[in-house]
Amino acid sequence: MVVASTARTDLSLQAKNADGILVVDDIVKQFPTPEGIITAVDHISFAVAPGEFFSVIGPSGCGKSTLFNVIGGLLDGYDGRVTVAGDIVRGPHASIGMVFQEESTFPWRTVSENVAFPLEIAGMSKRVRLDRARHFISLVGLDGFENRYPAELSGGMRQRVSMARTLASEPKILLMDEPFAALDEQTRLLLGDKVLQIQQQLKQTMLLITHNITEAVQLSDRILVMTYRPGKIKRVVDIDLPRPRTSEIVGSDAFGHYVAQIWSDLREEASRGLRDDESRTLHAGARR
Amino acid sequence: MSGLSAIAKLRYAPAIVGIAALALALLVMEFLIRVDVLNRFIIPMPTQIFEAFERVIVEEDVPARFLLTTREAATAMALLTVTGVAIGALLHRVTILRLACETWIAAFASAPIVLMYPLFLVIFGRNSTTIIMMGFIAGLPPVILKTIEGLASTRRVLIDVGRSFNLTQRQLFWKILFPAALPTIFVGLRLGLIFALINIVGVEFLINFGGLGQLINDLAERYDLAGTYAAIVFVILVSVLFFALTERVERWLRPAD
Repeated sequence: MVVASTARTDLSLQAKNADGILVVDDIVKQFPTPEGIITAVDHISFAVAPGEFFSVIGPSGCGKSTLFNVIGGLLDGYDGRVTVAGDIVRGPHASIGMVFQEESTFPWRTVSENVAFPLEIAGMSKRVRLDRARHFISLVGLDGFENRYPAELSGGMRQRVSMARTLASEPKILLMDEPFAALDEQTRLLLGDKVLQIQQQLKQTMLLITHNITEAVQLSDRILVMTYRPGKIKRVVDIDLPRPRTSEIVGSDAFGHYVAQIWSDLREEASRGLRDDESRTLHAGARR
Repeated sequence: MSGLSAIAKLRYAPAIVGIAALALALLVMEFLIRVDVLNRFIIPMPTQIFEAFERVIVEEDVPARFLLTTREAATAMALLTVTGVAIGALLHRVTILRLACETWIAAFASAPIVLMYPLFLVIFGRNSTTIIMMGFIAGLPPVILKTIEGLASTRRVLIDVGRSFNLTQRQLFWKILFPAALPTIFVGLRLGLIFALINIVGVEFLINFGGLGQLINDLAERYDLAGTYAAIVFVILVSVLFFALTERVERWLRPAD
């Protein structure tokens, strides 16, 4: 198998021309801090094609979550623009469904009521929305848990409830911020299978923000590697692994090759992040 | 069968231990009074208090007094819930108001409001309204403060979920902030109830208007100590009644907890 990877230089132009359902065009986001202005996201551009699984990977502190919030419309005050099917994102957009890193089910609602939440907001009758919720609960493999409360479920099950809740709003793009970060490696691989199944079934366009290389390679068609602060594009890697995929692919040579390649890109950035972190801790200690 | 009885044991164990502890405390009191360690002219024996129940209930019209105090407490509680939660929500929403008022509301909670009863008598007259308003004002600070705390401690990610679904401010409040804050709000309501009930019984006692507070005053002045303590037990019953009620309402609103 040939490993195809392409370093792209003029991604801004490419994004404009691409036939993407989601186009992220030249995003720059800065934050004022006591130490001066920090550029969290620096001229990031990419386009995601319909039905594509696109991942953004980078070390901690590279601005991934900032990018997630910008694309999701939860953050404003940035340069550049995000469009969904040509429509400029100026706040939370109906076509973008968000799945958060932190556990985000509503503890006072049952699984059914959680998943039916967006349908309730849309004004659907109780019978219709619970009926539709059942379909999405089944899609994430939680049949039989409809009337349970989140406190009765495991972390992985709760994240699946969150995903079903977002899918129930039938977004064009599913935007996920490290949804399985808090789970153990084995559960994460198995939930990855579930995500692949769902994507195939719904032909869902997905955008995953992650720091986990295995997860990114297992799931994605393309991976954007970000640099450590300021978060720029380091490289975009095409993942030419066969579909439909399962977690069994983790054992293949090609998989290992992609992981090694992305790690070699990330290693330098992650080391820079670590050094920066240590020096900041040292300075903070010295100030005390 | 042995498994079932083990579960039953587990389930009722706290209640049984609680009642046994109370019974033990009463037994110790009884013993200490009988051996004259405690003065029986100041503290009546628990057995005398038990004997006094029937007399107090029949002769002093306890059911009507119990109802009056309960009705006053219920009205104060309803006012507290509506006003306290609304003020708390307003202060949570308007940051400048919260920063301006939170400290003195907390300070107000420790003020001896019961001493303001002459002022309330002048404003509302010698009637139930004075008593209800005293209870209401006394219970307000914890309800307001706990409402603010509950709303402010709603996890950021839950609000972000609401925003990602494009909820209006009203939907965000009723569908996410309010249910998330409910457990803390109920802590405030229970604290408010305690403050309110103390003040209601206290003012009944002071203005000699009616209810269980007045009965305690009457019996104390007649030096019927066993009867006085029996009447105090009825005040505790009102409190238990309201605690059970708030617990039930909370379980209805947040069945998962």
